[in-house]
Amino acid sequence: MEWETVIGLEIHAQLATKSKIFSCASTAVGAQPNSQASAIDLGLPGVLPVLNERVVEMAVLFGLAIRAKVAPSSVFARKNYFYPDLPKGYQISQYAEPIVSAGKLEIRLADGTIRIIDVTRAHLEEDAGKSTHEGFAHSTGIDLNRAGTPLLEIVSEPQMHSAEEAVAYMRTMHRLVRYLGICDGNMQEGSFRCDANVSVRKSGSTQLGTRTEIKNLNSFKFIERAIEHEVERQIEIIENGAKVVQETRLYDPDLDETRTMRSKEDAHDYRYFPDPDLLPIRISEEYLASMARLLPELPDRKRQRFVAHYRLSEQDADLLCEETAWADYFEQTVEISKADPRFSARWITGELFAALNRANLSIENSPLSSTSLGKLIARIDDETISGKIAKQVFDRMWETGESPDEIINLQGLRQVTDDSVIERLVIQVLENNPQQIEQYKSGKDKVFGFFVGQVMKLSEGKANPSQVNQLLKAQLDKAP
Amino acid sequence: MTIYPDTVAGIANALAKRELSSVEITRHYLDRINALDRQINSYITICEAHALEQARAADRRIASGQGAPLTGVPYAHKDIFCTKGIRTSCGSRMLDNFISPYDATVTEHLNNAGMVLLGKTNMDEFAMGSSNETSFYGPVANPWKFDSVPGGSSGGSAAAVAARLAPCATGTDTGGSIRQPAALCGITGLKPTYGRVSRYGMIAFASSLDQGGPMATNAHDCALLMNVLAGFDAKDSTSVDHPTEDYSATLGHSIKGLKCGVPKQYFDKSLDPAVAASIRQAITELESLGAQCVEVDLPSTELAIPSYYVISSAECSSNMSRYDGVRFGYRCRDPVDLQDMYTRTRGEGFGKETKRRILIGTYALSSGYYDAYYTKAQQIRRIIQQDFKNALAEVDVLLGPTSPTVAFGLGQKSSEPVSMYLSDIYTTAINLAGLPALSMPAGFVDELPVGLQIIGDFFSESKLLQIAHQYQQVTGWHLLAPPLGG
Repeated sequence: MEWETVIGLEIHAQLATKSKIFSCASTAVGAQPNSQASAIDLGLPGVLPVLNERVVEMAVLFGLAIRAKVAPSSVFARKNYFYPDLPKGYQISQYAEPIVSAGKLEIRLADGTIRIIDVTRAHLEEDAGKSTHEGFAHSTGIDLNRAGTPLLEIVSEPQMHSAEEAVAYMRTMHRLVRYLGICDGNMQEGSFRCDANVSVRKSGSTQLGTRTEIKNLNSFKFIERAIEHEVERQIEIIENGAKVVQETRLYDPDLDETRTMRSKEDAHDYRYFPDPDLLPIRISEEYLASMARLLPELPDRKRQRFVAHYRLSEQDADLLCEETAWADYFEQTVEISKADPRFSARWITGELFAALNRANLSIENSPLSSTSLGKLIARIDDETISGKIAKQVFDRMWETGESPDEIINLQGLRQVTDDSVIERLVIQVLENNPQQIEQYKSGKDKVFGFFVGQVMKLSEGKANPSQVNQLLKAQLDKAP
Repeated sequence: MTIYPDTVAGIANALAKRELSSVEITRHYLDRINALDRQINSYITICEAHALEQARAADRRIASGQGAPLTGVPYAHKDIFCTKGIRTSCGSRMLDNFISPYDATVTEHLNNAGMVLLGKTNMDEFAMGSSNETSFYGPVANPWKFDSVPGGSSGGSAAAVAARLAPCATGTDTGGSIRQPAALCGITGLKPTYGRVSRYGMIAFASSLDQGGPMATNAHDCALLMNVLAGFDAKDSTSVDHPTEDYSATLGHSIKGLKCGVPKQYFDKSLDPAVAASIRQAITELESLGAQCVEVDLPSTELAIPSYYVISSAECSSNMSRYDGVRFGYRCRDPVDLQDMYTRTRGEGFGKETKRRILIGTYALSSGYYDAYYTKAQQIRRIIQQDFKNALAEVDVLLGPTSPTVAFGLGQKSSEPVSMYLSDIYTTAINLAGLPALSMPAGFVDELPVGLQIIGDFFSESKLLQIAHQYQQVTGWHLLAPPLGG
């Protein structure tokens, strides 16, 4: 029996605002418990929410980026349930009238296939607080610092058919929200996480199977593993003649398995209704147009441009476009170096990324600016130094922050291009190695490399390699 | 014995002329409260030391020439408004221990005006009630007849003003909670346009209906207090950014030519015939002042009560969810687990009426019932709004009774919720429509006051106050005080 997997994702992206969605309290993480919970976040009697307009801008930008419908009027609703870290006994969310609906996201799979996934809706809501059990005997601690942090919940249609597609969708969305600057994308801290709705059905069937929802997946690896496990589990159940139970499940990364969290019978009736404390969000055509002007170049466009304009390989373009900061660094480097852009791409994805990795630094904190790297590449391009020397200069720049020209001049690393100087070195090497000349003459071509190495060594790596090649060949031909 | 002025305008005038100090008038009211309130129970908390301190500050402010119009005038504050450092109970055991860490916007306005807080007044629990009998702090006696109710939910404020235990008070009105107790206690009370007075720090019962407003013995005083209370507040998203005005500016203007509509549905069989006669008499009085009265139609009047009780209870059920024993307020003793803490905290902390409304509201919002109740009620709400719009296109204001009867006996309706709810028949529709309305004394039946209600278009508070003031220039009902001694 052939089985088809059907996956829909609900992504929670924490919006990168300074203050909360309905209060002035800070959203920064890591503060003392409850030090960033205002009267509003605590849900004190009498307090009222006031919408942070930044979140509307962010949701609208997102809507425009996925070519979605941005509602001229959308409504906040109360989702009612009791939980100790939910201060008001309801979460302010959007229900019947979300701000964004009917969008599309293009994803690329490893084999190059492109798929368009429909995004059903994206709506604004507030996060809850946290319950902690550590350090409390026979009781639970409540930290409401996170309560009221703005979230954009992005819901896809059930259109993905493998863990790979789900991960590709998640990665594409992850890159998009960071491009838009609306989410820091920090998955470990939970700024970007998802719930996966998974079901299986017989291939060719148009009816959806019974789904389960796997909650709170906060790494690409976990999404992949959790979906794969869940699909296997469901197929096994059906093949054994039993039925999949609709329920909410939890993925346990330590045990690498999913398990029941709550069944459908325990499902809440959230009694959604429009929040009377908040007015509908009204969005005019003018506002939409002004937001469209703020839309940055999106990842796909940038990647295509890098291939077409800079003639980068798909692979390099994809890698450099992963982060806007990388792409910007690349473009600045090219601008400064005036050399073949592919050369800059190679230096950035090679030497620079390796160095950043070793030092565990982001490109924003790189000790080597794009200007410095661009100048270094320019010196290679104008043959002031060789590629090999350049690596030495690069290391020195990384350590000291000195400019490439300073290093080249102070250390005398300038490439030797004077034919007469190189010729003298060639002659000296040949004179010192008569045996190797004989070997060469007798047909051992490999010895040529030996001579090159010797000349380079004698020049302390500064001789221009192509001139060395040329002059060496000429001298050897002249030799008896 | 010194005779003190007993109106806001009179006190403000005497303070401005330095004929009286704020400490003196404050002391006077505190003495009356201490002497009389044991029987009336209009205050939950008496802020004696705090009041005298505010009075001394007010006297210094007046002496320095920095006094505002009502600086030094004492007032009573409904215990639904948060007051920093002072218990804000909302008439509930749930908040019996709640000392608010912040001031409501309205409280800030009153503080900035230099007014003196005498105490926090009794009220139906979380403002749910029409008789002040649902308060955790016990019922309030109607100062005119101690075995009658003062109305609710602002029953404590109404009784305190009627008994001259405060020259004025704040109230809140969700379905009549300013107007009905004002009517039953023989005072003047104004429910402003929804969004005119900030709801920030005013503990929510039904957010789309709640509105704070002034209560005093007469319209002029209500206008002066309204000048302090009203204004746009960025902390309340439903607050309307509409220019404020001096509500006392047009009080003296004649009402000649004023077009008044008298809704025929407000004089149907549910109205006590003696109350009807008083209202007719008051309307005749207004006609003698130049008003032209015509009968108008409000065909959806009878739909208001069911619609109101669905919407207000639905909002209430959600607004009451924050009282869970986790962060503030009452928590049951020794909970064994979370479920036990929730059920016992809420079971013990809330009174019977609040629980009834939570149950009604939860039911109305439940999956499968939402459309039949909540959606339907919202549709009716729009029909009612349209009714008023149609009527107010023809006339300037509407006139009618505030309540179908005068004050009923304590305990008389407390076991019959539906009969209690029906006493809101003339008031709830106005909240559903968001309109302003005023109640003023217009006669007596069985030695109990009758209230005339004046309903206006959005932001017509000045006009309502003007009509009431003009009426009060030629009548004396508002001058009558219950015979209490003290």
